[in-house]
Amino acid sequence: MPPALAQPPGAPLPPPPRRFGLGPLGRRSGRDVSHTPNYLILGLLLVFALGPLLVLVFNSLKDRAQLGRNPLGPPTEAIWSNFPQAWEVGNFAVTTRNSGILVVGTVTAVLLLGGMAAYSLAKLNLPGSGALTLYLLIGSSLPIQLYLVPLFFLWQRVGLVNNLFGLILIYVAVNAPFSIFLLRSYMMQLPSDFEDAARVDGASEWQIFRQVVVPLSWPGFLTVGLVGSLNVWNEFLLATVFLTEQHLFTVVTSYFNFATRFSRDWGLTSAAALMMILPVIAIFLALQRRFIDGLTQGGLKG
Amino acid sequence: MQIQDSLTFNPARAEVRPRRRGGRFFQKKVVPWLFVLPILLINVVVVLGPALSAVYYAMTDWTGIGAAEWVGLANFRAILSDGAFRHAFTNNVVWLAMFLTVPVAMALAVSSLLAPLRRGGLFFRMAFFIPYVLPSVITAQLWRGLLSPDRGIGAQLTDWGVPGFDRAFLGDPDTVLPAIGFVDNWHFWGFLMVLFLAAMQNIPTDLYDAARLDGAGRWAEFRDVTLPGIRPTLVFMLLMVTIWSFLTFDYIWILTQGGPAGSSEVLAVLVYKEAFRNFNAGYASALGLTLSAFVGVVIVVFITLRRRGWEI
Repeated sequence: MPPALAQPPGAPLPPPPRRFGLGPLGRRSGRDVSHTPNYLILGLLLVFALGPLLVLVFNSLKDRAQLGRNPLGPPTEAIWSNFPQAWEVGNFAVTTRNSGILVVGTVTAVLLLGGMAAYSLAKLNLPGSGALTLYLLIGSSLPIQLYLVPLFFLWQRVGLVNNLFGLILIYVAVNAPFSIFLLRSYMMQLPSDFEDAARVDGASEWQIFRQVVVPLSWPGFLTVGLVGSLNVWNEFLLATVFLTEQHLFTVVTSYFNFATRFSRDWGLTSAAALMMILPVIAIFLALQRRFIDGLTQGGLKG
Repeated sequence: MQIQDSLTFNPARAEVRPRRRGGRFFQKKVVPWLFVLPILLINVVVVLGPALSAVYYAMTDWTGIGAAEWVGLANFRAILSDGAFRHAFTNNVVWLAMFLTVPVAMALAVSSLLAPLRRGGLFFRMAFFIPYVLPSVITAQLWRGLLSPDRGIGAQLTDWGVPGFDRAFLGDPDTVLPAIGFVDNWHFWGFLMVLFLAAMQNIPTDLYDAARLDGAGRWAEFRDVTLPGIRPTLVFMLLMVTIWSFLTFDYIWILTQGGPAGSSEVLAVLVYKEAFRNFNAGYASALGLTLSAFVGVVIVVFITLRRRGWEI
C-alpha cells in the first residue's frame, strides 16, 4: 500500500526478530489432524492472488474482437502481434534504457557508498556512531511528502530535474539507511581475524574493505542489490515528479501514460504490462528466498 | 558459502606498506568518517536539508519559483479551515481502518493455515508474495480492467446470473475508496502474511505439543500459543501499517487522482496537487509538515506506551 520508496522503515524502535527457518515449513511433528481444509482455503486464495495475472497473460494474446466477446477467459487464438506493437508504441527501447540506467546507477552507488559506511559502522569503531545511527533511523522514517516539495524546487534550481543523475542521487539517499543497516548487520557477524591479519600486514582500511570485507559479505550485498533494484524499477512517485520529459520516462511512468492513452485497447496494455513484469517475476522466482528476506528485513517498503 | 576461498587475504596483491601513513588520530578518528562521508553528504542534501527547509517554507507564501514571502502561521490556520484537508484526513482514517483489519486478518488466517503444512508451504508462500513485487502501475491498471463494469469480473458475474457486481466501483464516490483499498490490499497482504509466517515458525514446537496435551482446539491454539508468539511482529506491523496509511499515495493517484470529484483524496494526494498542480509550494510544505506530525505522534505514542511497560 505505501509508496514504493517512501518507506518509513525501521522507525526508531528495534524491529522484532524476523528469521526464516531454512528447513521445510512443516513444524508440528506428529500432528494427526488432516490438513485438507487448509489446502482448500489456500487453493482458493491462490486463485485470488494469481488469477488476475493469468487474465493478464490471456489478454495479452487477444485482439479487440476477442476481448469484446471474451474479456476474461483464455484466448481462442493467440495474437502475438500485441507484443511488438506495445514495444514500439510504448517506446520501450527508451524507457527500458532509462530504468536500466537508474537501477544500475543507484545500486552501484548504494552498494559502494553504503557498503563503505556499513564497514565503518561495523568494524572501524566510528566515533559518534550512535549519533549517525540515530540520524539514519530518523531520516528513514521521515515521510517523503515532508521533503519532496523543497527538494523538487532545489533540484530545479540546480538543474537536476529531468536529469537521470539527479534522480539517482535521490534514490541513493532514500535507499541508504536500510542498505547501511542491512550490510552493517551482515558485517558485524564476520570474524575480525582476517581483517586483523591484513592490518598487521600493513593493508590500508580501503584495501581491507575491498579485498577482505566485501568478498566475505557478498550475500548481504546481493540482497541489498536485489531489493534496491526492485525499489528503483518499480518506483513511481519520485519518477513522476522528477522526470517530466517524455524521453526520460521510466518503464513505470511511461506505462502510466501509455495505459491512459490506450485504455480501450486492453490487449496492448496487457502485453506491455507483461513485458514489464516478466523480468521482475523471473528474478524473483530464481532468488526467492533472498528477495523475501531482503524485503521483509527492516520492514521496509510496504 | 565458499568463505574459505574468498577470504584469504593476499598480501602480495595488496601493495603492502609496512607502516601506515598518517598519525594515529588520523587512522582512528578521521578514516572511519571518510568511509561514511560520501553517502552521508548525499543523504543530508536530499533528505535533511529539504526537510528542515520545509519547516521554513511552511510559513511562507511561495510558488516554488522566486522569493518566498513570510506569512507566519497563516498556512496552518488555512489548513484548519480547509474543507479539502478535513475530507482527505477522514479518508486517511477510513484507509487506516481498512488496512488495520482486512490485510491483517487475511495475513493472520493464511499464515496460520500455512505454518503447519509440510508440503507445498514454500510454494504458497512464494505465490502469495508475487503480487507484492509488481509495480503499482501494473497492479492498478490490471485491476482497473477487472473492476470495469462492462468487461471485468462484474460483467462476467452478471453473465452467469449473479447481479449487482457490474458497477463502476472506481467511479462512484461511495465505493471508490474501498475499491482502491481492495486493489492495494491485493498487492499488500502477502507481504504481511510472509512476516507473520516467519514469526510463527520461530515459535517453539513444544508449546503446540503442550497445548494439544491440554486438549486445546485449533482456535484455542491460535489464541493462546500463536498470537502471543508473534506479538512483537504483529504489533510492530500494526504500527507500520498505521504510519503507511497516513502516507498512502500510489494507488489512489494512479487509479483516480483523488477523484471522482475529490472523493478519494488523501493527504499525500493533496500535497502533490497543491505543490505541482496549483503551485502553492508554501501551503504544500505546511500540509507535508502536518502529515509528518501525524506520523510523529503515532511513533511517539508507541514509544511512550512501550516505556510505560506495555508489552508491545
